Amino acid sequence: MSNTIRTRAMLNGDIAKIMALINHPMSLKIVNGKTIPLNFIEQVKAEINGKQVFLADWSAAISKNPFLAFKVKGAKAGDSVKLSWNDNKGKSGSTEFKIS
Amino acid sequence: MKTIRSISAVVATSLMLIPMVSLAGSQPNPEQDLKAFRQYFEQRFPNTPFKDFSNGSFAKGIGSPGAISQWQSMEEFPPYDFAVAKGKKLFNTPFPNGKTYASCFPHGGIGIAQNYPYVNNKTGQVVTIETAINACREKNGLKPLPWLKGDLADISAYMFSTSDGKAVNVKTPSTPAELKAYETGKKIFYTRRGKLDMSCAGCHTYHSGQRLRAQTISPTLGLVVSFPAYRAKWGALGTIDRRFIGCNKNTQAKPFKPQSTEYRDLQYFLTYMSNGLPINAPQWRP
Repeated sequence: MSNTIRTRAMLNGDIAKIMALINHPMSLKIVNGKTIPLNFIEQVKAEINGKQVFLADWSAAISKNPFLAFKVKGAKAGDSVKLSWNDNKGKSGSTEFKIS
Repeated sequence: MKTIRSISAVVATSLMLIPMVSLAGSQPNPEQDLKAFRQYFEQRFPNTPFKDFSNGSFAKGIGSPGAISQWQSMEEFPPYDFAVAKGKKLFNTPFPNGKTYASCFPHGGIGIAQNYPYVNNKTGQVVTIETAINACREKNGLKPLPWLKGDLADISAYMFSTSDGKAVNVKTPSTPAELKAYETGKKIFYTRRGKLDMSCAGCHTYHSGQRLRAQTISPTLGLVVSFPAYRAKWGALGTIDRRFIGCNKNTQAKPFKPQSTEYRDLQYFLTYMSNGLPINAPQWRP
């Protein structure tokens, strides 16, 4: 679902800075004394032109609506980026966009 | 150096206070107040262009370079993006009777937030975007939304986002009802309250730009222009009265009720004093 991830890519020479804002509650087990189920993103992956360039293992320590930014070397305009996440409840989301 | 500057600032401001205090029997003069008010902040922050005051304690010449760059990176990809999108969706969702929020506002509610609050001269009440949203709901047979946060804050944030860059345009108080609301709001702003005996003006006018623990105190000029705001402390959007309540609690003063006449009069006074500043809401705040 591309509406769970907003992305932006900035190209500087051959280094691309990929930024993403992911819509996810990332909820802890106990908030303000109330027990709510753990719901957090377990993995975030990024592929450029089908090749994996980024993999992150996350935990409940990451806060709500996480922001992610990373740099990749060897990128060029027109490259297709695919960003995807999956959480501990089995849900997932992904989005694809081109570096301009 | 800073202490000497602040002492002379206090002396300068107490001289400037004189035109702002209404002597018994004298007529309120909002235009004169506004002129003195702007002059005060121009002198206190000579390196801050007028329009930058919309950014509060992250304005050029007020915030530290480190704080400003952190704020800029938050604003680059703001965490409130999703809430504003939700607000847009809620705004465009028809009520059970088929009408939408657009039917209650001029221009369908788009690009009008800079004209709020205004005083309804028939009822004498200050109308804010939030009260207007709930009045629209009640007019169309729906229960009002809870104040301060959630759906109401999201819809309000969406409406303000459609006025991005437009100058705050509160009509100069001139009718008896407008002047009454203005004077009440002004009185609340300058009056010391609560256990710590502090007034809003004490920090936000006379100590603006100075530090309150690790944070820079935002100036009154532009104070409300970034609302509804996303506060990192809340992890969510909140309306201006959510902040009023928090601030009153911080100074150990009993907060007023959300969207009470006191808070609405205060919001009216503060927004008028920020006339001309470009709307930039929501914004990220610590």
